[in-house]
Amino acid sequence: MIQVAHIVKSYESTKALQDISFDVVQGQLFGLIGPDGAGKTTLFRILTTLLLPDEGQARVGEWDIRKDYKKIRKQVGYMPGRFSLYQDLTVEENLSFFATIFGTTIRESYHLIKDIYVQIEPFKDRRAGALSGGMKQKLALCCALVHSPQVLFLDEPTTGVDPVSRKEFWDMLKNLKRAGITILVSTPFMDEASRCEQIALLQKGKVLAIDTPKGIRKSFSKPLWSVNSNTDMYQLLQDLNRYDRTASAFTFGESVHYTDRQEEGISEALRQYLAQQGHREVRIQPLEASIEDRFMELMSREDEP
Amino acid sequence: MNHEVAIRAEGLTRKFGAFTAVDHISFSVEKGEIFGFLGANGAGKTTAIKMLCGLLQPSGGKASVGGFDIFRQTGQLRRNIGYMSQRFSLYEDLSPYENLRFYGGIYGLPRREIKPKAEAVLKKLGLWEEKDQLVSALPLGWKQKLAFSVASFHEPAIVFLDEPTSGVDPVTRRQFWHMIYEAAHQGTTIFITTHYMEEAEYCKRVSIMVSGRIQALDTPGKLKEQYQVSSMDEVFLKLTR
Repeated sequence: MIQVAHIVKSYESTKALQDISFDVVQGQLFGLIGPDGAGKTTLFRILTTLLLPDEGQARVGEWDIRKDYKKIRKQVGYMPGRFSLYQDLTVEENLSFFATIFGTTIRESYHLIKDIYVQIEPFKDRRAGALSGGMKQKLALCCALVHSPQVLFLDEPTTGVDPVSRKEFWDMLKNLKRAGITILVSTPFMDEASRCEQIALLQKGKVLAIDTPKGIRKSFSKPLWSVNSNTDMYQLLQDLNRYDRTASAFTFGESVHYTDRQEEGISEALRQYLAQQGHREVRIQPLEASIEDRFMELMSREDEP
Repeated sequence: MNHEVAIRAEGLTRKFGAFTAVDHISFSVEKGEIFGFLGANGAGKTTAIKMLCGLLQPSGGKASVGGFDIFRQTGQLRRNIGYMSQRFSLYEDLSPYENLRFYGGIYGLPRREIKPKAEAVLKKLGLWEEKDQLVSALPLGWKQKLAFSVASFHEPAIVFLDEPTSGVDPVTRRQFWHMIYEAAHQGTTIFITTHYMEEAEYCKRVSIMVSGRIQALDTPGKLKEQYQVSSMDEVFLKLTR
C-alpha cells in the first residue's frame, strides 16, 4: 500500500533522510520509531505530497507521489505532529469544516469515527483550543478520518499525552486497522512500538532496522542481564561504568541492563565485583531484550567509526 | 541522614472561577531528593508548579519553597529556584556561551564570576568547541543538557523540570538523567514531571495527581507493592482510569 524506495532529502547541509526504503502492506499498522531529528516528519511530508524528495521513489496505493499528488491527497488522512486544527472553532465546527473540504458529511463517515467521537461529543460546543491534550488528539484523529481515507498518516500522535490517553489512542488504532485502514504511525516512545505489526527504527535520517517487534527484540546480539542492588541507582551505574568487563550499562526503571565483554562466567564475576564495591543484595538475572535495548545497541554501532 | 525540607505544601489550592484546578494538596520534598510529580493531562500539575515557582497566587493553603513563602516572598523564591520546561527556555539566536552569560546576569551573579563559570560549564558539557555557534544549530540532546545547565547556573537550591526529556533518543535521555542524579547527589532538590513512566522509577518518591488531588505519594517500589503491579505504568493506569 505504501512503497518507499531510496528516498533522500536534505535541508541545506542537514541530511534529513539518507536512502530510506520500506514497504507497508495493505491493512498493516506500521510504526516509525525514533527520536526527534530521526526524519519522521520529513518522511510524512513527502508521503502526503507536501514536500518533494531530492532522490528516490515513493507510491501510496497505486499513485506516485510526484505525478499523482492530487489523487493521493484525496485518499489519505494526515494528522501532523503539531496540533493543526482551528483553535477558535468548536469541536463540531472543526469536524464539519474538514468534511466539507473533502466534499463529504460527518454522517457519511460516522461509522468510522463513532467510537472516538462519542468520547468528545459531550464537548462538541467547546472551542478546540480549550480541550485537554488527550481530547485534542481524539478530535484531530476524527478530522483525519472524516473523508474515509484508505491510508492514515499519524505523526507522533501520542507526544505530550499522558500514559492513559496514550493507551486509549493505541486501542483506537487497533479498531481502525480492523476497519481495513492502512496506518503509518510515528512515535518516540519505544514502549509503543510493540503495538505495531511491523516497525522501522529510525535515527538521524537512517533506517537502523525493519522487522516485527518480536524480530527486533530477538536480534539483540548479546546475553542481556538485569542488575540491581540495595545501593542507589547512581552509585550502581557509576560502579558498572568503571568495571572493565562492562560492554554496556543502561538504566531501565529500577534496574540496570547490562552486557558483558566476555561470554563465560558473567554473573559470578559481576557479583564478586559488585560485592567488592560494597553493594549488598545484588540481583543479577538474565533478561529478554526490549525494543529500546536493541535500539540503543544499534545506535552505538552507528556511532562507531 | 539529612532531612532538611526543600518544599512543603499544606492544603494548597487554586480555583479558576467555579473550577478547582488544584484541590488541597499537601506534601513535602526533602533537600537533595528527586521528586516525580505525575498526573494525567489536565490533572492540575502545571497549575501546581506555577504556584510553587511563585508565578501564580494560590486561592488557599500554605506552601514554602526553599524556605520562602509562596504568598509573600515570591521575589526571593524565584531567585532561588531554577526552571526548565519542555520548550527549553533557551535563546535560539544566542550562542551557548551567551545564553549562560545572559542568565547569569539576570540572576544577578557578579560579572567576574560569570565568565569563568560559564566556561567551566561549557567544558564540562563537552560544548566548548560549539560555544559560539547559535543554539538553534545544536542537536536536541545538547540543547537539553545546556537548558538544564542554564536552569541551574545560579546554583539554585531547587530545580523544577517540566517534561524535560520529551522526544530525545534513549541514550541521550539517560545521559540527561545522569546529570539530574549528579545534581541531586550534590544536594540540589529536583522536582520533575514526565510522561515516561519508566522515568518515574528513577525518582526517589513520586506523587500522582488525579483531578486536582494527590491520589498517591510514595517511593516507586512501595507504590507498586501497594497496587500489586510490576511497573509504574500499571500504577498510573490503576489510579487514573
